[in-house]
Amino acid sequence: MTALSLLYSLVYQFGDNFAYLVLAALGLAVIFGMMGVINLAHGEFIMCGAYVTIISARHGLPLPLAMLLGALAAAIAGIIIERLVIRHLYDRLFDSVVATWAISLIVQQTMLLVAGPSLEGIGTPFGSFSLGDYSFSTYRAVLPAIALGILLALYWLFFRTNYGVCARATIQNARMAQCLGLRTDRLYTLTFALGAGLAGLTGALYAPTMTVVPTMGSNFIVQAFVAVVVGGANVIAGTTPAAGILAIIQTGLTASYGQLFGQIGLLVTVIIVIRLMPQGLGNLFSRSR
Amino acid sequence: MLSSTFRWLHLAISVGLTCSSVAAMAADPVKIGLLEDASGNFALATIPKIHATQLAVDEINAKGGIMGRPITLISYDTQSDNTKFQELSRRLIQTDKVNVVFGGFSSASREAIRPIMDRAHQLYFYDNQYEGGVCDSNTFVTGAVPEQQFSTLIPWMMQKFGKKFYTIAADYNFGQISAEWVRNIVKENGGTMVGEEFIPLSVSQFGQTIQNIQKAKPDFVVTLLVGANQASYYEQQASTHLNLPMASSVSVGQAYEHKRFKPPALKDMYVTANYVEEVDTPASNDFKKRFHAKFPNEPYITQEAANAYDAVYLYKAAVEKAKSTDQDTVKKALESGGICTEGPSGKVCIDPKSHHLSHTIYLVHVKADHSVEIPKVWNDVQPYWLGKVGCDLPAKPDHRQYTPTDLPKKA
Repeated sequence: MTALSLLYSLVYQFGDNFAYLVLAALGLAVIFGMMGVINLAHGEFIMCGAYVTIISARHGLPLPLAMLLGALAAAIAGIIIERLVIRHLYDRLFDSVVATWAISLIVQQTMLLVAGPSLEGIGTPFGSFSLGDYSFSTYRAVLPAIALGILLALYWLFFRTNYGVCARATIQNARMAQCLGLRTDRLYTLTFALGAGLAGLTGALYAPTMTVVPTMGSNFIVQAFVAVVVGGANVIAGTTPAAGILAIIQTGLTASYGQLFGQIGLLVTVIIVIRLMPQGLGNLFSRSR
Repeated sequence: MLSSTFRWLHLAISVGLTCSSVAAMAADPVKIGLLEDASGNFALATIPKIHATQLAVDEINAKGGIMGRPITLISYDTQSDNTKFQELSRRLIQTDKVNVVFGGFSSASREAIRPIMDRAHQLYFYDNQYEGGVCDSNTFVTGAVPEQQFSTLIPWMMQKFGKKFYTIAADYNFGQISAEWVRNIVKENGGTMVGEEFIPLSVSQFGQTIQNIQKAKPDFVVTLLVGANQASYYEQQASTHLNLPMASSVSVGQAYEHKRFKPPALKDMYVTANYVEEVDTPASNDFKKRFHAKFPNEPYITQEAANAYDAVYLYKAAVEKAKSTDQDTVKKALESGGICTEGPSGKVCIDPKSHHLSHTIYLVHVKADHSVEIPKVWNDVQPYWLGKVGCDLPAKPDHRQYTPTDLPKKA
């Protein structure tokens, strides 16, 4: 029993870290991988999702619906920002970095002034279960499965739907796609909204388990960038193995040497990957395909 | 021709300015500088401090100021950023030429600006609880220190729950030195530390930490967590059903976690604070009424708000004793003893030797429904430690921070 609970504890920690890395990174990976925009306001879309989830759940909406509403709100915010700002900055990488950073600062400070320094939490649902010496949060044990589900849904979206084909065509060669009659500007808007919506969903999923404050997005930023840099531009074939490998490194180091070394491990991995594979892990997989 | 016109103009303006400044001499404002994090990771805990300082300044101004001189409050947002602290403290000293500086939340920010204050011999009030040990001729501390918070809390916890404990602390000077204090006090009382973990300020996921605690099986957990990120621990330990009593010097009193999380995230948290909103005395109730009249949307009046409020009144008392705002004279007055104020938590006095403040310490217990009881009160606890180990600022000027393993050299 002790061995079993110890083993499950390792699996649980790995799943926890994996889910966090995948969910933190997906929205960023979609926007970077599909559109070549480095979105520094990623954390604020996460915060938007969390805020809408908490507020609507407190007004009596069932939690799953509140979470979907959070993701939807972030997607709509994404559409607005794409139309107003990002649209004018395609192919201007550095300008878009500065612009999204500005958006991030403005949104954070506005939220602080409008909604105050924090929202009262709603508590983690589903309770806990125990195994041997350890007890575990059921909700957090389920999160990795949700992360995998979202990855599958994304795969289906990109490879099995009309939108997916058009979006991938636009990414490969925007001018050619336009010549063939695709409305690429609308595809860009939709893709940005998808990225923002995924970020919002992350915020919604983590909202019950965390402090909900205007700066909460910054909690995810390091993990998001680490996973995207290691994974490269390929959303699914990059982010998934990157999150898997990073989660193994983080879980191992945190379990044996503590939180600080877990964080150091993530960053050292990024440095090594940038040196050896500047295009990221995803490139490895797509080249062999 | 043109240049001589300018020279005349220049002269006329200078003469005019000199005259007007002579005329204004009688009611020359007392300039108070305030450095607090109105945005960033620590904003939640510092916004009530800013409001408390504004309240104190407005109250004093409404009653005619300090010695008939109105107070001008010059306040900057330091954005939870230590370099902003350094930049803006230089601005307060060099450009604004303030008479006194208040503020600072994290110990890292205090240590970042203390050398700047010392170089300029700038009078500085650090109005926050901290890890203790700052023995500095220019710095006065109005928050509580470990001998006031841990010497009371830890023996009480050990008596009530058992002798084994596990510490999780924020990984910077505050957490490291506070953890050292806890270790020493537990050892003196015959307890054992079954685990100790330092958490970087950016960490918000505690899955592994919670499991390490379960493995170590302590009787209680000492949580010295700081900032919005680390506060996520409480929700996560509750959802994992860790179910251990917690002890802290910073929770509840600083960032009102019991109001922000859904019960029972903070169940059985025990904190020694020198003030919390729930303190039910005439002085506290009166303070709350005035505070809410000015800031009706304040979510919670924290212990640091009380410390910030007291700091302004202590400065007023010192200036009135010194009959001047000259900084060296005010410091002498503060060091001469008997500088006290009747604050929201009762009477507090500056200890001349160490520049720290005596406090009434409340043991705050958060119950399962997040209501608060105060099972014990320690009245008028002195900040004795620095004096005992040899810090005597009036006799021996100093600028160091000492810890239990780094004591002042015996003369």
